[in-house]
Amino acid sequence: MGLPQQKLDATEERLAAIQVPESGAWLSDARQAALGRVRSMGLPHARDEYWKYTRPQTLVQPEVPHAKVFQAYESAVFDDIERLRMVFVDGVFDPEASDDLTLSGVEIEPLHAAGAADIHWARDLYGVLEARGQSPVERSLAALNTACANAGVLIRVTGKADRPVNLTYLHQTEDADVVIHNVVKVEEGGDLTLLENGPGGARLNKVMEVDVADGGAFHHVRTQGRAHERRAATHVFARLGRESTFKSFTLTVNGALTRNEAVIELTGDDAVAHVAGAALGDGASGDFHHDDTVFITHDAVNCESRQVFKKVLRNGAVGVFQGKILVKDGAQKTDGYQISQSLLLDDDSQFLAKPELEIYADDVACSHGSTSGAIDEEGLFYLRSRGVPREIATDLMVVAFVAEAIDEIEDEAIAADVLSRLQAWLERRRG
Amino acid sequence: MLEIKNLHVKLEEEDKQILKGVDLTVEAGKVHAIMGPNGSGKSTLSYVLSGRDGYVVTEGSAQLDGHDLLEMEAEERAAAGLFLAFQYPVEIPGVGNMTFLRTAVNAQRKARGQEELSAADFLKLVREKAKALQIDADMLKRPVNVGFSGGEKKRNEILQMAMLEPKLCILDETDSGLDVDAMKLVADGVNALRDEGRGFLVITHYQRLLDHIVPDVVHIMVDGRIVKSGGPDLALEVENHGYARIQAEVA
Repeated sequence: MGLPQQKLDATEERLAAIQVPESGAWLSDARQAALGRVRSMGLPHARDEYWKYTRPQTLVQPEVPHAKVFQAYESAVFDDIERLRMVFVDGVFDPEASDDLTLSGVEIEPLHAAGAADIHWARDLYGVLEARGQSPVERSLAALNTACANAGVLIRVTGKADRPVNLTYLHQTEDADVVIHNVVKVEEGGDLTLLENGPGGARLNKVMEVDVADGGAFHHVRTQGRAHERRAATHVFARLGRESTFKSFTLTVNGALTRNEAVIELTGDDAVAHVAGAALGDGASGDFHHDDTVFITHDAVNCESRQVFKKVLRNGAVGVFQGKILVKDGAQKTDGYQISQSLLLDDDSQFLAKPELEIYADDVACSHGSTSGAIDEEGLFYLRSRGVPREIATDLMVVAFVAEAIDEIEDEAIAADVLSRLQAWLERRRG
Repeated sequence: MLEIKNLHVKLEEEDKQILKGVDLTVEAGKVHAIMGPNGSGKSTLSYVLSGRDGYVVTEGSAQLDGHDLLEMEAEERAAAGLFLAFQYPVEIPGVGNMTFLRTAVNAQRKARGQEELSAADFLKLVREKAKALQIDADMLKRPVNVGFSGGEKKRNEILQMAMLEPKLCILDETDSGLDVDAMKLVADGVNALRDEGRGFLVITHYQRLLDHIVPDVVHIMVDGRIVKSGGPDLALEVENHGYARIQAEVA
């Protein structure tokens, strides 16, 4: 079955504009295989069912839509957290700005360095989890990433890391087209928290593949930067072993276009996967379109998955949630939960939700819910009656609304840090 | 201090007149009580004075120290010194009680051109006031009213009142849902705030709250009007004979 001509043309046009970097055998093989996947699937097109609510055009086209560099005045998120920091500037690793990469129980290597070797442990994961994630739904932007990424980090976790690793993605050039690919392998009993922050570039295509072995734990907390005009397509592919834990939280404030996909496969019994996100957009300060697309596959017994997504939208901002729980035959005792909620601060904003359950086992508990609502007038009046001005009262209600998602962050210090940044940003926005 | 003249109010959503000409003056240093049967308009009066949406003033005026209350936003009325203790305090998940209190205190100070309280001064003040109301550190840390018992919610209202030091306090059915001990605690909190510079408007169904917060003047409200005013004995009359007799008397 051939691809529609339009899709084929758009794909070839983009591929003609990219350069597959030179590297050692293992990485070069993975890249060639990924190129093949891109060619056979074609890049996303407006007519694709999976892109019904989000226009992929600007993510696919060869020309990078320019994005002004956002000037933040406050200290950055996670600055108060003791962590090992790696800095990428417009998608290029900056060793000068980064910490020494030595961390007990953890091996950290920049992708471009590790890629020069002929053989590497990451060979079993780089592009492998991404390829697994192409079925039953195609995610060809992730394959494109695998094919041409030359920046990122490979992390192998053999013990309990005594501090988080923080990847900071700075944006400094208006036309920076950034591709980043990270691989994390958590070995049996390993435990790592990964923090990510920053917009990355004018256009960011980012993939993270995470393999959590039996009894391992991986915590992921990211903020995507406040640049108004930036565009991003991100994918997290995770595979979970027996009694392992995967928890991911994302805070998004601003951004012309964001598509965050999480593809999680629970393959070992008693595994736990939580994905959460809070997105806040104001159409008055530029376009805002935020899409959370989640696909969780239960393929083992007694696993738990949880999706908690909150969006606060105003002045024509658009929020999208596509969330699916697939429970395979035999995945008994599955406990699946999914909630997506939006707070619409005016009549111009829009929230589009497509929750899906597909269940082939008979002894499971799955629930999902989706709501859209205006601000709670009772609460607003209560706050105002105490002398809190309407704008501040609204922001307090906004924080209250997203608090449930932020609560998904297990580490209290990190959760408090994220919350305080959000409050500071809202305060700055009020002027 | 509070001067209400010929106040007529109807609902915004439907053509229903709730207040039909209320006249009421509360002087500084005095406690006025308003009693009345269900649906007489007591709570509406408290909402209209504090600036809640959903009501339309069709006639009359309400002034606080000469300032036209009805022209102000809810937050401006609060900064001008008006406080409403809610019958049903609202739960605000995700906002810490302490954060809320501090935001409110400082917003009012800012609106009045005063300097904001430092974190240390605020903490000292809130601890002192909370102690008298038997509000522990845990209640201060928890989200506003979330998971609070009925008594805890009402004590929390009085704590806010104590922190904000308003000129005019309106208590809307503060006794509802309280057992005797809790009511005593709340009443003690209110009595501690009685001051010659401060006026109170206590709205209640029952006389029992007025055993603890002894009013100077009692008003009976029926069908959107104050139909009778008198001393504390009037509350006893209601307790003994119900509203029917008064209604019959004034009809």
